[in-house]
Amino acid sequence: MPAIQFTLNGKSQKVDVAAQMPLLWVLRDEIGMTGTKFGCGAGLCGACTVHVNGAAVRSCSMPVSGVAGKSVTTIEGLSADGNHPVQQAWLEGDVPQCGYCQSGQIMQAAALLAKNKRPTDSDIDEVMKGNICRCGTYQDIRHAIHRAADIAGGAR
Amino acid sequence: MNRRSFIQTGAAAAGGLVIGFYLPERAKAAAAESTDPKLNAYVRIGTDDTVTLTIHRAELGQGSMTAVPMMLAEELECDWTKIRTEFARVDPKNYGVFGSPVLQGVFGSLTVRSSYDSLRQAGATAREMLIAAAAQKWGVDKSQCRAEKNSVVNAATSARLTYGSLAEDAVKMPAPAKPALKTYQSFKVIGTSPKRLDTKLKITGKADYGIDIRVPGMQYAVLERCPVFGGKVASFDASKAKAVPGVKQVVEISNGVAVIADNTWSAMEGRRALKVQWNEGALANTSSATIRANFAGLLTKPGAVAVNNGNAEASLSGAAKKIDALYEAPYLSHAPMEPHSCVVDVRKDSCEIWAGTQIPSAARDAAEMITGLPKEKIDVHTFFLGGSFGRPGQHVDEAIEISKAAGVPVKLTWSREDDLQHDIYRPASLTQFHAGLDAGGWPVAWHARVASPSFSGLDKGVDRNGVDGIASVLYEIPNFRVEYHPPEVGIPVGYWRSVGCSQNTFFAECFIDEMAAAGGKDPVELRRRLLTKSPRALGVLNLAADKAGWGKPLPSGRFRGVAIVNNLGGFNAQVVEVSVDNKGKYRVHHVVCAVDCGQVINPAGVRQQIEGGIVFGLSALKGGITLDKGRVQQGNFHQYEMVRIDEMPVIEVHLVESHETPAGIGEASTPAIGPAVANAIFAATGKRLRTLPIKPEQLV
Repeated sequence: MPAIQFTLNGKSQKVDVAAQMPLLWVLRDEIGMTGTKFGCGAGLCGACTVHVNGAAVRSCSMPVSGVAGKSVTTIEGLSADGNHPVQQAWLEGDVPQCGYCQSGQIMQAAALLAKNKRPTDSDIDEVMKGNICRCGTYQDIRHAIHRAADIAGGAR
Repeated sequence: MNRRSFIQTGAAAAGGLVIGFYLPERAKAAAAESTDPKLNAYVRIGTDDTVTLTIHRAELGQGSMTAVPMMLAEELECDWTKIRTEFARVDPKNYGVFGSPVLQGVFGSLTVRSSYDSLRQAGATAREMLIAAAAQKWGVDKSQCRAEKNSVVNAATSARLTYGSLAEDAVKMPAPAKPALKTYQSFKVIGTSPKRLDTKLKITGKADYGIDIRVPGMQYAVLERCPVFGGKVASFDASKAKAVPGVKQVVEISNGVAVIADNTWSAMEGRRALKVQWNEGALANTSSATIRANFAGLLTKPGAVAVNNGNAEASLSGAAKKIDALYEAPYLSHAPMEPHSCVVDVRKDSCEIWAGTQIPSAARDAAEMITGLPKEKIDVHTFFLGGSFGRPGQHVDEAIEISKAAGVPVKLTWSREDDLQHDIYRPASLTQFHAGLDAGGWPVAWHARVASPSFSGLDKGVDRNGVDGIASVLYEIPNFRVEYHPPEVGIPVGYWRSVGCSQNTFFAECFIDEMAAAGGKDPVELRRRLLTKSPRALGVLNLAADKAGWGKPLPSGRFRGVAIVNNLGGFNAQVVEVSVDNKGKYRVHHVVCAVDCGQVINPAGVRQQIEGGIVFGLSALKGGITLDKGRVQQGNFHQYEMVRIDEMPVIEVHLVESHETPAGIGEASTPAIGPAVANAIFAATGKRLRTLPIKPEQLV
């Protein structure tokens, strides 16, 4: 099988795996980057959310061949030291409880804010409803997204 | 190698000093054993002035990693920014729950309430020893010194010595027999909301869960189990599985066939190609309908008596009005976001386990039994859990067997389908209620007969967890009888966030609402009248009713419902606001929850747990585990639905100021939300919901 090449968190990455292996397992098992989480394997919970060319994608359902030549960002690469506006807002609000779904929540929220600088509650519902949090941190997530919009300086 | 797999040795080598403390329960046990007592709490003060506290309970999202250090830091007068934490290894002799020398873990929302006194004592002991060291250095009396912000201060001269500079001398000081504990009026840490200590790790992808551990030479395993509970492997054909690229081995263990590969995905692909013939066993014809018929049959006969005050039967026959209602709740899965996963390396002469599990001591016990190795050759490293909610660590037992059979370190990962179909479930329940009202419409008799599988042992025929929430209501009803039947089903059942109250509070609090309606009473008024002898319960009821504006007009289409629960040593009442559309779809708009959990350690942590517990209870209204031919019919989140952000109500939490012993909080709010919602739906539609989950067709 030919090696597949893509950009991972700004650096060139080459992997020698089956083309249909989901990106999630390439990241976690082959590359050893475990911040992206396995939750359902079927695109139903959002725990595995990463950015592919800036858009939020469920890495459990994306064959690695689908990212060839593209740019992938994971939670490890969202910011240099955890200071992306979404991460700052999450830290301020102490959003995570168990924390397991939060990489996916943060990546999804960051993709939302990249497109929509000042999302309304219903914008947030529409985009974030794909991400399950079993600890029930939704109220804090909602507040943190509004706060992240403030930090990023989105127009009201 | 995972970057934090061996955090403890790394941190211990950093040149710090370990100060250990004899906690009261250990001191007693140690005296009895007359051996060198080990220590059951550790405070390590580094030369860099950091204070590292060992967390003796697992962190599964409930905030132990912050609340436990707060209790220590309060007495130790720490600078919160200098606190570091680490997880304890398995050592029930030192970290056992309530001093148990064999059981170490997290359950019953006990972390704070079982440790409150002992952790404060540990902190106070350290403080006194540091003060003694400083007093000696200055040649003054201890009474002239006080501790504040990681330093000892000389009251006369205002000179300061940091804990880091005193640590070495402090360990030579005699431990005070009975260190004075602070009174709540002087608390500086307890009752405040410092930042959680695990947030930064969790927002950068750096927190390590059991599923994230990697060790050298590790291979990846998945396990095919019999789809029917209790079934066994008859035979299997691994030829096609072994032909899948990356698959290394296929091994049989006691409950299935494991496929081991270079990565998780190859193992999953190998499992798909595996052919297994099963002996399906006794449950092959069991279905939800046969289980319900079994429960219903038992309800026709008297059960074991859990409570019997007055004479419920006589009172019922003479009552002015009688109410009968049959309630039922399904099996439920825990479904935490992290599917079970752990790493185990069984070697010839030792065994090492890396896992997130609520009960680490059970992991070591399992390894001892399966490998035959002595306990001291078994090491368990614990990690964050991606939720858990009462789920036991079956995966560890399986991984031990797989590593032993395969002869390599393995990471076993469950799929979401494995998780929903092979869990140890919240038991289903069918419960028959009868109540009698007097001529004034006030309750005089309560008779409940419960049929629900037992999982925590029978005492005179009663599993207390099976009747908790019905037998434990605080309502003053003079004739009160609760009976219990434990049906034998064979579906594995166990603890689930809030345990028996998770279904029984739904039944009891909906039924008391039925009694109010039948007697023409306001639901809050009736509860007030029946709770006059329970001031703390009455307190949360009144607070919730007041904050929610009970009795005041609502916008058109909105309706209120109320419910209350006493569990885990605390009390909470909830008032919700719902609407129901013409298709039978309900929406919860607003929840007011009043909580009396005794002394609050961390108000922000309590609020998070109350909110999370409410969301957990709301999800429990949405679905259930059903069976056909002995097989669970739900496979993934499209068939076992969770509340998502678009259904999230606004939740307001109000805490009662109290200095009573802290109550458990992790499971406190889950029981009352369901009945509050169902009671509000009754107010909206006139329809009583007696069967969970709630389906739209019940409401149109």
